[in-house]
Amino acid sequence: MIDISNIHKTYITGSNKLHVLKGIDLKVEAGEMISVMGASGSGKSTLLNILGILDNHDHGEYLLSGIRIENLNERKAARLRNKYLGFVFQSFNLVSFKNAAENVALPLYYQNVKRKKRNAIAMEYLDRMGLKEWAHHLPNELSGGQKQRVAIARALIGKPKVILADEPTGALDSVTSQEVMDILTDINKNENITMLIVTHELDIAKRTQKTIRITDGLITEIIKN
Amino acid sequence: MFSLDRWQEIYLTIRKNKLRTFLTGFAVAWGIFMLIILLGSGNGLENGVKEQFKGGAMNGIWISSGVTSVQYKGLKTGREIKFTDQDYKLIKNSIKGYDHISARLFLGSVLVSYKNEYGTFFVSPSHPDYGYIKEVQILQGRFLNQIDIRECRKVAAIGEKVKSQLFKGRDTVALEKYINIKGVPFKIIGIFRDFGRDDNEQKRIYIPITTAQKVFYTSNVINQISFTTGDASPAEADAMLRKAKLTLSRSHTFSPDDPRAIDIMNKSEDVKRFNALFAGIRMFIWIIGIGTIIAGIVGVSNIMMISVKERTKEIGIRKALGATPGSIIGLVMQEAILITGFAGYVGLVLGVGLLELITKNIPPSDFFRNPEANFAIAVGATILLIIAGAFAGFFPAIKAAAIRPIEALREE
Repeated sequence: MIDISNIHKTYITGSNKLHVLKGIDLKVEAGEMISVMGASGSGKSTLLNILGILDNHDHGEYLLSGIRIENLNERKAARLRNKYLGFVFQSFNLVSFKNAAENVALPLYYQNVKRKKRNAIAMEYLDRMGLKEWAHHLPNELSGGQKQRVAIARALIGKPKVILADEPTGALDSVTSQEVMDILTDINKNENITMLIVTHELDIAKRTQKTIRITDGLITEIIKN
Repeated sequence: MFSLDRWQEIYLTIRKNKLRTFLTGFAVAWGIFMLIILLGSGNGLENGVKEQFKGGAMNGIWISSGVTSVQYKGLKTGREIKFTDQDYKLIKNSIKGYDHISARLFLGSVLVSYKNEYGTFFVSPSHPDYGYIKEVQILQGRFLNQIDIRECRKVAAIGEKVKSQLFKGRDTVALEKYINIKGVPFKIIGIFRDFGRDDNEQKRIYIPITTAQKVFYTSNVINQISFTTGDASPAEADAMLRKAKLTLSRSHTFSPDDPRAIDIMNKSEDVKRFNALFAGIRMFIWIIGIGTIIAGIVGVSNIMMISVKERTKEIGIRKALGATPGSIIGLVMQEAILITGFAGYVGLVLGVGLLELITKNIPPSDFFRNPEANFAIAVGATILLIIAGAFAGFFPAIKAAAIRPIEALREE
C-alpha cells in the first residue's frame, strides 16, 4: 500500500539547513497496522506529512497504492488526500464552528456529495462511534475522547485506503487512549484499512502489529509486536 | 462555483463572526451611501439649473435690438437700433439651416378684459413659428397660423394662467370668446401651457404680429427676431448667428463687434456651458465617491486578510481533507463579494431612500430639485460593488490558498 525508498527531506530556514529525513525505506502492506516511534525531532512527523501528501520530499520514491507521488500540484494532491487518506491528529483539528455531524461530513463536501446524502452518511458514521446523540454539538461541547472519535469518523467517511494518525492519543488520558486504540484496531481489522500511527507511548505502539523506530532521520529498528 | 453548499459554508462563517462582518460591511455601505447621495445631489443641482432653461427650444437664438456702444463709420455711440419687418425678411433670407423663425413686438404689460374680469398680461405679437421656438404646449384649440398673419386677423392664443384669471365661475369655456386688448376685441383661438418659470411667460397672450402693427399703430417696427437652429452642429449654429449679426450690422450700420447694439440670447451656448460644468461636477463626484468606496474595499480586504489569518487552521484542515486551492479561493472571494455586495446594496437603498425623502419633503428651489439617483447609477454602482468585492477578496484568497496544511496544523 505504501512503498517508500530513500526518502530525503531538508528544511531550509534562512541560512540554516536541517536535514530531517536521511533516506527512509519503508513498505507497508495493505491492511497492516504499524506504529512509528521516535524522539521529538527525529523526523517522524515529517515522514507522516510526506506520507500524507501534505509536504513534498526532496529525493527518493513514494508509491501510494501504486501511484507515484512526485511533484504533484496542489489540486492533484488535494484530490489524492481526499480519495486515499484519512487523518487523525493529536489536537483533533475539528472546525470549531461546525457541529460534530458537519465536521464528519466535510470530506464528502469536497467529493461533491449532496448535502442531504452526506449528512445521512455522517450520522451513520457518528452512530458507529456511539456519538449519534452528540451529532449537533459543537466540538467545544465534547470531551477529548468524543472529539477524537468525531475526528476518526471524519477520517473514515471518505473510505480511505490509509489512515495516518499523528499522536492520536497524545491529548487523552490513558483509559480514553485505550478506547481510541480499540476503535482504530477494530477499523483496521474489520475494514482492512491500512493504519500508520505516530506515537511516543510504548503501550500504544505495542497494540500495533509492527513498530518502527526512527532516530535522526533514519529507521533504526523494526519490532514485531 | 455557486453551489448552495458554498453559500451555506459562507453563511456559517459569517454567522460566526457577526461583529467583524458588520464593521466591514459598514465601511462599504457608507461608501456607496455617500456616492449615491453625492450623485443624487449633483443631479438635483443639475435638474434645478435645467429647470431654468425650460420654456424655449434648447437650440433657440433670440436677437433683440439695443443701443450702440462703439463708434462706427463716423456714427457716434448711443444710437438706438430699431428693427423693422425688413430685418426679419433679411435674416430669413440670409441664414440657412434654421427650422423656425419669428419676429416679435414688445407691447409690455397690457390691460386685458373679458366681460367684468380684468387683468394685466404680457401681450406678445409674433409669427406662428414662435410657438415652436418657445415650445409652448397647446392645451385647447390652436396656435397662430399663416392665415392669421396674412389676413391680420384679430385672434389670440392665451396662456392657461390668463384663462384661469379671466374665465371664472360659469364662464369656463374660453375658446371662441372675445377678449379686449387695449380696447380691441380679439377672438381666443387657443390655450397653451408655457414651461418657463417666469410669471410673464405664463401670463402671456400671443397675437399675430401683422395685426398688432396695424391696430396698435406701430407700423413696421419689431423688437426681436428669434430662430431655432434645427439639427445644426454647434459650429453651424455659430455660423448662422454670425451671419445674422453681420446682416443686421450692415443694414443698421453698427460695428459687428459692438456688444450692445444688439442683445443676443443663445440658449444652446448656455446649455453647452452648463453641460460642460455638470460633466465636470459629475466626474468630480465619481472621483470622490470611488475614493470613498476604495477606502471601504481596503477595509474589507484588510479584514478578510485577518480573517484568513484567524482561519489558518480551519483552512489547513480543509486542505488536509481534500479542499483544492481553487475551492479555498472561491470560498474567500465569494465571502468578500457577498459582504461587499450585500452591504453595498444596503447603502444603495439607504441612499436612494434619503434622496426620496429629500425630494418629497423639501420644496424644489431655483438651484436644487429632484435629487434623484437613476437606474443607470444604481446599475453602475452594483457592477462597481461586485468588482470591488472581487478585488477585496482577491489578495486574501491568494493568501488563503497558499496556506500549507502542515504549518496550519502544527501543534501550538
